[in-house]
Amino acid sequence: MEIYWVLGIPLAGGIFLALWGNRGHAPEINALFSLATLLAAAALAARIVAEGPLLVGQGWFFIDSFNVFLVALTALVAFTTALFSRPYMRIEKEHGKLTDARLRLYHSSYQVFIGMMLLALTTNNMGILWVSMEGATLATVLLVSLYRTPASLEAAWKYFILCGVGIALALFGTILLYFAAEKVLGSGGTALLWTQLNGVKAQLEPTVLQLAFVFLLVGYGTKVGLVPLHSWLPDAHAEGPTPVSAVLSGLLLNVALYAVMRSKVLVDGALGTDMAGNLMMGFGLLSVVVAAFLIKRQTDVKRMFAYSSIEHMGLITFAFGMGGAVASFAGLLHMTMHSLTKSAIFFAVGHATQKAGTQLMDDIRGLIQTNPTLGWGLMLGTIAILGVPPFGVFASEFLIITTAMHAHPWATPFLLIALGVAFASIFGKVQPMVFGETELPKLPYQPALTPVFLHLGLVLMLGLFIPPYLATWYRQAAALLGG
Amino acid sequence: MSLSYPLQVVNLLAALLLLISFAMLSQRRVVGLITLFAWQGAALAASTAIIAWSTGQHHLYYSAALTLILKVIAMPWFFYRIVRQLDVNREVESMLNIPTTMLIGIVLVIFSFNLALPISQMAGTVMRSTLGIAMACVLLAFLMMITRRKAITQVIGFLAMENGLFFAATSATYGMPLVVELGVALDVLVGVFVLGIFFFQIRESFESLDLKHMEKLREK
Repeated sequence: MEIYWVLGIPLAGGIFLALWGNRGHAPEINALFSLATLLAAAALAARIVAEGPLLVGQGWFFIDSFNVFLVALTALVAFTTALFSRPYMRIEKEHGKLTDARLRLYHSSYQVFIGMMLLALTTNNMGILWVSMEGATLATVLLVSLYRTPASLEAAWKYFILCGVGIALALFGTILLYFAAEKVLGSGGTALLWTQLNGVKAQLEPTVLQLAFVFLLVGYGTKVGLVPLHSWLPDAHAEGPTPVSAVLSGLLLNVALYAVMRSKVLVDGALGTDMAGNLMMGFGLLSVVVAAFLIKRQTDVKRMFAYSSIEHMGLITFAFGMGGAVASFAGLLHMTMHSLTKSAIFFAVGHATQKAGTQLMDDIRGLIQTNPTLGWGLMLGTIAILGVPPFGVFASEFLIITTAMHAHPWATPFLLIALGVAFASIFGKVQPMVFGETELPKLPYQPALTPVFLHLGLVLMLGLFIPPYLATWYRQAAALLGG
Repeated sequence: MSLSYPLQVVNLLAALLLLISFAMLSQRRVVGLITLFAWQGAALAASTAIIAWSTGQHHLYYSAALTLILKVIAMPWFFYRIVRQLDVNREVESMLNIPTTMLIGIVLVIFSFNLALPISQMAGTVMRSTLGIAMACVLLAFLMMITRRKAITQVIGFLAMENGLFFAATSATYGMPLVVELGVALDVLVGVFVLGIFFFQIRESFESLDLKHMEKLREK
């Protein structure tokens, strides 16, 4: 039953906010709908932890430890982002960057976007997974171009066309998957159900599945932002409003990677080789290395952190590609850490750029003087994402690298060099932003930084101590991924 | 081997689809491109309907009807309107000249027939031989998207690609399950609607739909 609430609330929220328009309190209503979604997701998670995997709605929805953890994460970050966007968007409007009509579009699309991601996570049908991934893109295209500046329009266009082509390739992969499945399961609606496919995966035609996986990986990989399919990502993150950057980076990339992982489990079963894992490791490693060196050249703060997202998604893809219990566990942990930390950073960066009136790092200086909380928020977030202990990112990166040392020693130097370069460039650029000299006056208002410290607090806690039930949960999820 | 009469018609329509794909590559004017896109949709709808009738796969009637309504009537009408309102019906600027594009197109067709061969041998459907054509349509549409500069031609290329995918699904497996097909159609519809809004935004900011104005965001 909870599942219908999880999916129904955001979609109802989207319709309600579109009708409600600018009658006042729209940001609060947006946050309330997100809170309701979070409560429903928490109830769902509690039920899965207590009762194990769940198949509901005549097999249309399937929830196990792997996706329920992503459902909970998505609902949590969606709620905190809604909290952050309330004051942030109000100030943007006061600056004359947004109108009432655009805020209406923003609130309504935001809820639809969250709803589509939750549908993608919970559906059992590989076809519906495709449909909702595309729906999530469509819901955000107009959000990326919300400011209607030439650069934001260009970014949104690139986002639409590149992800459109990517997702079309994924559709071809899905068709091939159905083609292989139909032989075993017979035609009709059930042949694309993941649970059914998982049951017969050893009988699926290997050559077809091999080709299908290549298309699915390239298709959904475009959305994950894997190099060389990443070029939409920095633009969309830099030009869209900051709350949108936070949910794109913290959530959409995860959901796309989830789609790849669901396909990988099937392909591994059919092939019995490491083909899928090797491909993912290749794409992942390339993304880590290329993104790390591109970070060095960035001048725009949101673009820089967008490249950092590519780097981390590459690392997670690499971990899942290695497979095995420890690597999958580390991948899942890193997914959580990255979502929480990166959205916290975007919240802090949002306030900093709003204050400075620019996204160029050279023009943002001395945050610690204008607002100490904001300065420390950005600094701690940066330290956390760079993998400094005791934050949780350190734990997951450490696990990934030690596993790589055992299983694939050749990859370790690349990973270490890339992480080192990323560390030096990001730290070197953020440090003067926070501690440099500035002439700007103190911030006239108190920024909404509760979400930042909430996220960072969670990351710190998970770095020091993972509660046993959470660890069991991750372990179960890792086992599902073929650990 | 003699083919049944409906199957011959399907094969003829498949050949027509490929021909239209090539015609789209060489078409210089936007309005001509939209007309060709409508014809491609019509050929697709007709072939789907014939397959539905000859094999008794009733759910394919729905997909044929969807194609007819969306891709032959609604979208071309919408595009004609946009072209009239935005006045973009000038010559389409292609990045490569047309003979070169055609040559690359031929190579793509050969490649896709090779790629489709092992799969189509496994297919149990009556028109498995058309799978190669479907893949060729996808790749040709992809080529069109790469070589054209105008926003509207890229979108038509994208939709033509979707046509090819749809044809691939029909020829390999008698189409996807109905609920998936409905979902895909809904996505495409919403996508075109979003793009309609988007065209006006682009037009407002750049006073043109030519994408050469949109090359500011790149790595320095």
